[in-house]
Order: sequence, then C-alpha cells, then structure tokens
Amino acid sequence: MNAIVVVGAGQAGLQIAECLRRGGHSGPLTLLGEERWPPYQRPPLSKKYLGGAVADERLFFRPLDYLAKQEIEFRASTQVVAIDRANTRVLLANGEQLAYAGLALATGARPRMLPVPGAEHPAVCYLRGLEDAQGLLVKLAAAARVVVIGGGFIGLEVAATACAAGKTVTVIEASERLLARAVAPIVSQYFADLHRTQGVALQFGAQVTRLVPLAGGGLSVELNDGTALPADLVLVGVGGLPNQELAAQAGLTCANGIVVDEFARTSDPLIVAAGDCTSHINRRYPTPLRLESVQNAVDQAKIAAFSLLGLAQPYQDLPWFWSDQYDVKLQIAGLSQSHDTAVVRGAAVSGAFSVFYFAAGALVAVDSVNRPADHMLARKLLSAQRAVTPEQAADVNFDLKLLL
Amino acid sequence: MPKINFVSAAGVTQTIEIPTGWTLMEGAIQNGVDGITAECGGGCACATCHVLVPAAWAEKLPPMAPAENDLLECTAVPRSPQSRLSCQIAVTGALEGLTVHLPERQT
Repeated sequence: MNAIVVVGAGQAGLQIAECLRRGGHSGPLTLLGEERWPPYQRPPLSKKYLGGAVADERLFFRPLDYLAKQEIEFRASTQVVAIDRANTRVLLANGEQLAYAGLALATGARPRMLPVPGAEHPAVCYLRGLEDAQGLLVKLAAAARVVVIGGGFIGLEVAATACAAGKTVTVIEASERLLARAVAPIVSQYFADLHRTQGVALQFGAQVTRLVPLAGGGLSVELNDGTALPADLVLVGVGGLPNQELAAQAGLTCANGIVVDEFARTSDPLIVAAGDCTSHINRRYPTPLRLESVQNAVDQAKIAAFSLLGLAQPYQDLPWFWSDQYDVKLQIAGLSQSHDTAVVRGAAVSGAFSVFYFAAGALVAVDSVNRPADHMLARKLLSAQRAVTPEQAADVNFDLKLLL
Repeated sequence: MPKINFVSAAGVTQTIEIPTGWTLMEGAIQNGVDGITAECGGGCACATCHVLVPAAWAEKLPPMAPAENDLLECTAVPRSPQSRLSCQIAVTGALEGLTVHLPERQT
C-alpha cells in the first residue's frame, strides 16, 4: 500500500499531485478539494475575473479528464475533518476514511475577518475563492459606493477594478502608506498617486470602529476620527490566516502556519505541507517565512512532492509576486524587508521604473513597475546571487545583463 | 473551434481545439501541452509561455505590445524573430491550422 493523499486542491495541491506522477509515484493518488470546482487560478479573481472578462471555466488549470488520464483521483466538495496519524488515515466529513502511506497538506489560507461590530452584514465581502468572487461580482454590479478596508494587494486590485467600472471608491488603510509591508515608500507613493488620479479616495492612519446598517440599504463605515462613510459594498482585505487547524488538531507543530523544514516536511515524517498554509524554511533566509503567492505554492509543492518520493531537495527558490492595477503591472522579486539602501532605476514620473533594494551591499529585492524585463532580469541576478552595485542599478544606461 | 498545432522541441505534434477568444497559452495549459509553463497565469509577467510562430503566420497575429517585447528578452531559450508569448495571442478564426513550435525549455 503506497497511497498518497493530497489535502487541498489549489495551485499547491495540484502541483504536488502532478509532480508525484511525473516523479514516478505509481500508486494510488487522491486529490481532495473542499470547493466544488476543479483546481483553478486564484490570481485573476481580484483582477480580470472581477472585471467580468473571464468565464469560470477559463480559470481551471486542467480539464477533469486530464487529471483522470494521469490517474489522479480528484474529489471536489470533499472536506477532511481529521488526520488519524496513529492509523495513517484521513477522515472525511461523509464518514469515509482514506488510508495513506504519504500525506500532503495544501490547505491554503483564508481572509482575516474584520474584528469590529456590524461586520457580519451581507454587504461586507471578502475575496479568496471563486465563490467569494462570484458573490462580489454580483454585489459590485449593484453597488455605487464601495469602501475597501485595507490598502494591500487584494484591496487595491479590487479598488482598481471597481473604479474602472465607474464606482465611487474609498480605500481605508490603517498605516500611513499603501502596500506598506511589501514595497518601499516610493512605490507606495506611486500607487497612491495612481489611485487618486483614477478618482479613488485614500484615507491613511484610519481605523474602522464599527459598521452600522443604513435605513436605505448599505452600511455606514465609521472610523476612529469620527468620519462615517456610506457604502453599498465593503470589501475587506486585511491579510490572511493559514488553514492550519487540521494539522494542529492532529498534533503537528504549527506557528503562524504548519511548520515545515526546508524539505517541506512537517513534524510527522509521513506528512509534508506546501503553499499558503506553511511556515517554512527557505535556505535564502535566516528566519521562517509564510508567503501567500503563486511562486511559493508552485515551488514549495515541488519540494514537498520530492520529499514524498524520497528525493529530498532543499527549498531555495527566490520568492516573487505580482499585482495588476489598472494598466499598471507591479512585479516583486525577492524580499525587501531587510534592506538598508534603495535606488531607483528609471523615473517614477514616467510610470515605468524599478526599485533595487540592498542590504549590507548585496542586492536583496527588486520592485518593478511596468518594467517586466527588469523583473525577469532581477530574478536571474538574485537567484544566481550576482554582485550588483547601487550605482549600476541606478544607471539606466548600464546593461544589467552583463552581470549574468 | 480553431485547431492549433503545438510542435514540441522533440518534434512531436499535438493538435488541440481552442475556443475563439481564449489565448494559445490557455488552450495549451488546459489540454496539458507539455512545454508551456505559464507560471504567471497569463499576466504577461514571466516569459514562460514562449512559442515560435512561423513567419508566414506572423501577420495574422495580434501585434506585439512593448511589455511582451521586453519580456521576450528574458526567455529561457533566447528569442528569435519568430518568438512570441502565447498568453498574448488570442485565438481567432484566422488562426485555424496555426502551427507553433515550443522551445526546449521555459525556465
């Protein structure tokens, strides 16, 4: 018996299953998804999908018969309620039990709920899955006034889509700038200017204290400075939480995610985990990371699959991210939090520039705005840990390709 | 639905039908064409859906935007005059019978 069960059929779960087959696992392979769809792409949900440009089936990664052809048994609408590690079985909500020789957890993350009175109102929306996006699409069409709580990626992408659809949009951000955890102030400023130019109102340093239903429908979003903003729709994007409960209840070590080592192994040698749900070790960084991104879902999933195949390979891929707002593409290579120096390549006023971040003289990350070639080059430079000086990075006439 | 031929670097042809309006990349991914990675999901952000389009077909394709042109500088197999990103090519009736060639690798 060498059955492998994958819990979670998002991008990471699908990748684990496909890698297992490609890597030579010939035994039974079951992919369990809680949602009713086959594995699908999440990034377009806050972008093109919400703009109404994409039909549901265009989001699907693979046709169902493709999974069947690879002898991956995919089960939709299937909830796992417990992992019985002593007997190496997972228990399903329908009472069924699936035995495993190897288990992979790719349970993802969920939106952090807004912890204020009145937040359970139906006009308050979150965005994580296709069902959320379907609901949001309908509510957005009927709304005139949209308040977005949280100036992070999800909030700003929804704000951009809502604004492009002609809605009156206000973004409320608790800190003093947009995307504060992800980018340098110059990039935050660029996006603040971009949204304001498009007509979005931005409020910084603002805390939501409560949401009060309005007599004519909608809500009043009340802030700590006494402001009250009327809204037909409130989109909350205040971060995500890892879906670690299943693992924690089974006694696996969890700390802001399912804790895995650099080989994507949990504290149980038969169980690996990958994607948004993990707190993981990447050889590039000194401390554990929890990332919600396509890159981490795909690359860590491969590491997890390799471990189940007995081919342990350390996780050392470079993190990268992207965001589309209006016709602006932001691409991030590496993690910039440790930087002490930042230089700009190109001019922010031109709408196409990159910010190169250095820590102790070494390049650690690059944010690119409408400069996709800089991004791809940055990924290569960072992956190969090439020496780049701030002077070279800031000089648009210096060809960075020469450093590869 | 227009039929499109994808020829692998090893010379194996896979013919698939792609709905009009979908991109070549979407059709390839959904039909499990190996050799297209598309790690960004069609955002014109990663240069991993690189294809080579014979010159005779080039004029039937949508023109190349600056972002695509820039990204083609970053493909795993260096670009040629026939290079395009398949996420930027929407299928139309005019592409019936199109043959594209896949590079040896995408990453």
